[in-house]
Amino acid sequence: MAASRVSCAAAASYRLFLGGRVSLARRQGVWKAAAAELQTGAVFQILRLRHTTGVTTKKNVAALRRETYTVDFIKKQIEEFNIGKRHLANMMGEDPETFTQEDIDRAIAYLFPSGLFEKQARPIMKHPEQIFPKQRAIQWGEDGRPFHFLFYTGKQSYYSLMHEAYGKLLEAEKHQNQLQAKGLFSEKTKDLIGSRWLIKEELEEMLVEKLSDQDYAQFIRLLERLLTLHGGVEEEFVQRFRRSVTIQSKKQLIEPVQYDEQGMAFSTSEGKRKSAKAEVVVYEHGSGKIKVNGIDYLLYFPVTQDREQLMFPFCFLDRLGEHDVTCTVSGGGRSSQAGAIRLAVARALCSFVTKEEVEWMRQAGLLTPDPRVRERKKPGQEGARRKFTWKKR
Amino acid sequence: MLPGKAAGCTGLATDISDKILSEPLKHSDFFNVKELFSVRSLFDARVHLGHKAGCRHRFMEPYIFGSRLGQDIIDLEQTAAHLQLALNFTAHVAYRKGIILFVSRNRQFSHLIETTARNCGEYAHTRYFKGGLLTNAPLLLGPMVCLPDLIIFLHTLNNVFEPHVAVRDAAKMHIPTVGIVDTNCNPCLITYPIPGNDDSPPSIHLFCRLFQTTINRAKQKRRQMEALYRLQGPEGLGAGVQGSAASPSLGA
Repeated sequence: MAASRVSCAAAASYRLFLGGRVSLARRQGVWKAAAAELQTGAVFQILRLRHTTGVTTKKNVAALRRETYTVDFIKKQIEEFNIGKRHLANMMGEDPETFTQEDIDRAIAYLFPSGLFEKQARPIMKHPEQIFPKQRAIQWGEDGRPFHFLFYTGKQSYYSLMHEAYGKLLEAEKHQNQLQAKGLFSEKTKDLIGSRWLIKEELEEMLVEKLSDQDYAQFIRLLERLLTLHGGVEEEFVQRFRRSVTIQSKKQLIEPVQYDEQGMAFSTSEGKRKSAKAEVVVYEHGSGKIKVNGIDYLLYFPVTQDREQLMFPFCFLDRLGEHDVTCTVSGGGRSSQAGAIRLAVARALCSFVTKEEVEWMRQAGLLTPDPRVRERKKPGQEGARRKFTWKKR
Repeated sequence: MLPGKAAGCTGLATDISDKILSEPLKHSDFFNVKELFSVRSLFDARVHLGHKAGCRHRFMEPYIFGSRLGQDIIDLEQTAAHLQLALNFTAHVAYRKGIILFVSRNRQFSHLIETTARNCGEYAHTRYFKGGLLTNAPLLLGPMVCLPDLIIFLHTLNNVFEPHVAVRDAAKMHIPTVGIVDTNCNPCLITYPIPGNDDSPPSIHLFCRLFQTTINRAKQKRRQMEALYRLQGPEGLGAGVQGSAASPSLGA
């Protein structure tokens, strides 16, 4: 009955259809199992309350319906993917056994070149587990009994995790009390540098469940409490929820030190700011002379501000008069040329300086190229932001 | 009442299942739950201690023995009788493979109750109770979900000392409830109330142990009965009834 109503296309009948459906739902929300039981006359069985409503009150529109993929469907997709992978390897003339995901990506990019900007709109061939969203299978067996003992809470994975963590906490407390009774208690310091807690989205992905902010905060608090106690067994349990954090300074490219004909150590690097490009050579031992495009910096940069910009990297490292600098710069104006040289000088100095000082320079912002560029002028406005004078009448 | 006459081949199976289900109903205490506790053991577990007289709920007055130094004392004779009824009912539900849900909102015993539920193979809910969990189950839990057949409340009140929502919702959904009611609780909507202390650790440990033992015993008995009738087959149905009637209670 409901199916035939779906097929009618008139927009006017939509509201009628929805209203009718609601009342249908109410009447259909009968204990179907109970009705069946009464008919067969088996009185002794408990009328298992199987709450079934044939229709829901939501709009049955494709865009709003959450697509549920059956286990068989996913398995078929995986088989097709594996066969397709082998065909692709044959096509590219490579060995099907050692064809990795990167090879697949390269092959697809070669066979189906696409100029689309959106990377996710280009043709992709990935394992079905990465394409189809992870879903939960049916949580109960044929007899109607759910599999998990915390099923009726709604968030079974999250609460079972909390239950497990709390159990470990109790064990650790007991262990600590025993140690204290024996007198073997000692303060423990854990170093958790280089790792961070999972963020809420990562935890949601791990549990395949929606969480609230309070749930997440409670969980992190419990784990931190667990960490303050003794007991080596909990380390692995807690490490499951920590991710390593790559320290930014490790990614810093340090220029190699080169030696010229006289045996003087120097290092070269480049820097950019707006449209100015600078190439700089910094000598390790010198007396603080700076030459820009063959001209002394005092004459090339008459403004104090520009010269201060050049001096800043040396000032920061307390090496004001120790290095000689020769640089070439082109493009931009006086301020952007100064900025470009400053960045290049800072990068070059990285090779003469310790790792901590490199990290300090990075934190001071000396090694970050300034991303600001001139904003374009828009039509209908006088400049990039300035609008034409507004006249009331 | 009538045995299933639907088809000749399934008639035998229906007879056996009828026998299995009807057998416990012929005895008043088929699972012998009386031996699991005594008034003395309840007293030792401090089950008789209630709250102060000011916290007393009006409907708990029949169950209160008296009051000592302002603290209400629960009548353990009545508690024993109610506990026997409640454990007997739980055992029958477990025997018939019903879904049992342990509910409590006391954070001190949450872990213990969840462990108890896991050990007997049943379910627990000691967390924040979402509004329509029982009344709007298809939306919250899934389209064809089965609701619990029995709800056991180890704490009838929630964290703000109000009656737990599940008491009212279970009554709405016709789900029988067993509950430990303290002197400040409302025993009205609970099918099998057990007046007793729900705040002391020994008392809650005792109740958890009792429920766990009863449920495990009932399930074991069910497995025994099924094995017995399967072994006997079609011929020994008559003899089998006498055989099981002779030993209604379980050995140690």
